[in-house]
Amino acid sequence: MTRSSRLIPLILFTALAAIPLLGLFIRDGYVLSLISRVMILAIAAIALDLILGFGALVSFGHAAFIGIGAYAMGIPASHGYDGFLTGLLAALAASALFALVTGALSLRTKGVYFIMITLAFGQMAFYTAASLRAYGGDDGLTVASRSLVMGGKLMKDDRVFYYVVLICLIGVYWLCRAIVASRFGRVLQGAKQNPQRMQAIGFNPYPYQLAAYVISGMIAGLSGFLLANLTEFVSPAYMSWQRSGELIVMVVMGGIGSLHGAIIGAAAFLLLEEWLSGFTEHWKVIFGPMLVLIVLFMKGGILGFIKRLTGDRNG
Amino acid sequence: MNTTLFLIQCLNGLQLGVLLFLVAAGLTLVFGVMDFINLAHGVQYMLGAYLAVTFTALTGNLFLALPLALLAAMILGLVLEVVVFRHLYDRDHLEQVLATFGIIMFLNQGVKIVWGAAPLSVPVPEIMQGSIALGQGVLYPVYRLAIIGSGLAVALALHLVINHTRVGMLIRAGSTNAPMVSALGVDIRRLFMIVFGFGAMLAGFAGIMIAPILSVEPGMGDQILILAFVVIVIGGIGSIRGAFIAAILIGLVDTLGRSFTVDILRSFGMGPSNARAVGPAISSMLIYVLMAAVLFFRPSGLFPAKGR
Amino acid sequence: MADAVLSLRGLRKNFGGLRVTDDVSLDVVPGEIHAVIGPNGAGKTTLIHQISGFLQPDAGQVFLAGTDVTRLPADKRARAGLTRSFQITSVLPAFSALENVALAVQARSGSSFRFFGKASAEDALNAQALDMLAEVGLLERADVTAGVLSHGEKRALECAIALAMQPKVMLLDEPMAGAGHDEGQRLIDLMMRLKTRIPMLLVEHDMDAVFRVADRVSVLVYGRIIATGTPAEIRANRQVREAYLGEEETHA
Repeated sequence: MTRSSRLIPLILFTALAAIPLLGLFIRDGYVLSLISRVMILAIAAIALDLILGFGALVSFGHAAFIGIGAYAMGIPASHGYDGFLTGLLAALAASALFALVTGALSLRTKGVYFIMITLAFGQMAFYTAASLRAYGGDDGLTVASRSLVMGGKLMKDDRVFYYVVLICLIGVYWLCRAIVASRFGRVLQGAKQNPQRMQAIGFNPYPYQLAAYVISGMIAGLSGFLLANLTEFVSPAYMSWQRSGELIVMVVMGGIGSLHGAIIGAAAFLLLEEWLSGFTEHWKVIFGPMLVLIVLFMKGGILGFIKRLTGDRNG
Repeated sequence: MNTTLFLIQCLNGLQLGVLLFLVAAGLTLVFGVMDFINLAHGVQYMLGAYLAVTFTALTGNLFLALPLALLAAMILGLVLEVVVFRHLYDRDHLEQVLATFGIIMFLNQGVKIVWGAAPLSVPVPEIMQGSIALGQGVLYPVYRLAIIGSGLAVALALHLVINHTRVGMLIRAGSTNAPMVSALGVDIRRLFMIVFGFGAMLAGFAGIMIAPILSVEPGMGDQILILAFVVIVIGGIGSIRGAFIAAILIGLVDTLGRSFTVDILRSFGMGPSNARAVGPAISSMLIYVLMAAVLFFRPSGLFPAKGR
Repeated sequence: MADAVLSLRGLRKNFGGLRVTDDVSLDVVPGEIHAVIGPNGAGKTTLIHQISGFLQPDAGQVFLAGTDVTRLPADKRARAGLTRSFQITSVLPAFSALENVALAVQARSGSSFRFFGKASAEDALNAQALDMLAEVGLLERADVTAGVLSHGEKRALECAIALAMQPKVMLLDEPMAGAGHDEGQRLIDLMMRLKTRIPMLLVEHDMDAVFRVADRVSVLVYGRIIATGTPAEIRANRQVREAYLGEEETHA
């Protein structure tokens, strides 16, 4: 790993840990909520980067896992099962199952067909959620409170919740770093570069890609669980295809295949959205072309830009 | 089951299919020839509808508005091509997805600024108002028949152009092997522009035709974009014939599905309230299930143009 | 032959109406280099694809050390000891030369479903990989990214990768293609050195190399083997001369 790829995550996590402590000087309720949202979506972006950046699997339906994780928190909660562990396990299990089934089918295709079939599954999840009239259907479901930790409303305090999310983010980052450097990660990256060569060596990419897809789905499910906790609201809108597209934008904007790039991308996307929408309700008119310009002129996204600035030559 | 309702819904399905074909045709050509994933194709359709609104208001007549709106739609499409898209042809698919996603954002917001966010509409031309009796007690709106007719006519014209003209031959060749066509001395840049302009016009035409029936609003291109992608994936990328068959298929499945899923579920013994709860979800998912099924057996669609 | 390492029996493959592989049978025995030559379009690469499992034949069988591997997918055949090189060099361009070979070693060293533990720190894998790189003369280039290696170095890397798989037989798909004189000589030397350990099926266009290196030669024309024998026998074979030189000789 290079100097910058060790330094940047360190700076990021330190900064994130410090933000609530500056609360005395900022309208902390708003900032805490915003940065919590950034971190939560960063978790989902990291999940996507794992398979997109390291496996070349462009999933256009990843928001479905966020939605599944959210509903896995909301639905049991509406029946009185509002424990943290219960919700978390439900989210992980549901996402894993969905990822296993849809991944097994989708990974039989390649390229744009893979993109389309993941989109299709994402849409199926969306419409299923929208049809759940018992749980709000199109309008969504309000959750009574954040998940209870050992029976107590520990996470009701925004600062506590913030640190819970931060710990999850750091944990997810560390986990994905380990996976990427592992034997498994090596096979996954090999399959991204040259699937034919991998077969000639004796590796069938399929089981590895499926495992990566399931892991990625579960992490995104965690993100959804946390999101439902943050907003205390669950809705099919969490899994629209536009949301899946936005996740891809975050990963690419930050810099594909670096994991911390995904964090930067999520932050850049959401903070830009907040900032620009402060100027005008038509902020997308500015954001859209910005996206085009980033694609055309910023190879490697924001991270790539930073690397060029600091003269870092190795990846 | 009500035969009259069934026949009407078949016609509606055909109408949707024809519209889908118009949008999908441009999409599959652009993808097949230029290997360019254009998520912004849906906004071409939307622009067509908005232009129809403006020109009909100006000229007072949809027929006069049609050529004007078509021309404007094509010009706008070509502007996008020159300013943005042509710089993306040699980028990878992921970057194309991202950039065109940005264009969707820009234009969906842009039309709000220019035309306002409220849904707009266009009156059906007087000649085409009212319905025709088609026998079997079926009363079907004239305008919708006109849409079906125009769509089929365009499909036929497209078939003739693609298969019996020089340009069509170049397009077919480009779909199978673009670098080779370029190496043979054909101005590939101009071919790309022609393909793109053509596709934009077809999508715009669909938007113009649909304007009197659907409400014209920002984001109306998004849903049809997804459907169009499902069409070209099922039909096989690069294939006009595949796009036509898949479009009609999807138009019928989606329309008939929405109308009759609840009844079909009930005929299988499901209770009425369950059927009404589950039915709409299932009918929304039908085309995606169809696509997943097709891809399971034919990972490259039904009629892929290349050995993809 | 009973002791053949690789055996092809009656392989057939049609593409549409075109018969690309027409009842091909041949053997590779231990210690030999068995070359397959033929004019362009004879179906040589298609044959390699069928032997290595990247293409399924319509009929016929492939035996590896006596075991029928015809139904096995490419990755399983590779694990069973059937390695191949590719006509267009095929390595993992973003990995270093060392990682390329280490990954091949990894394939035979236990499960790769390990999610923790740095793979690049596994000394056993690296040691074996470095040995292979040394064997093909790439030791000093071990840490270079494979994508920037020269064409000849990539070819050598492919060899190292193949060796790391402890193959029972190697399929070489036109290894001399694009090789300059020195590089070609190095490849020939390598092949001669290895053949006692690892028999090879060599598909090649370069006649000089073939006649210097091969113990036996089979001639493939329009998907069909028209002759098999020692280089001397093949050179003298009338059918072979006709196939390569056309009808001119007989009309002269």
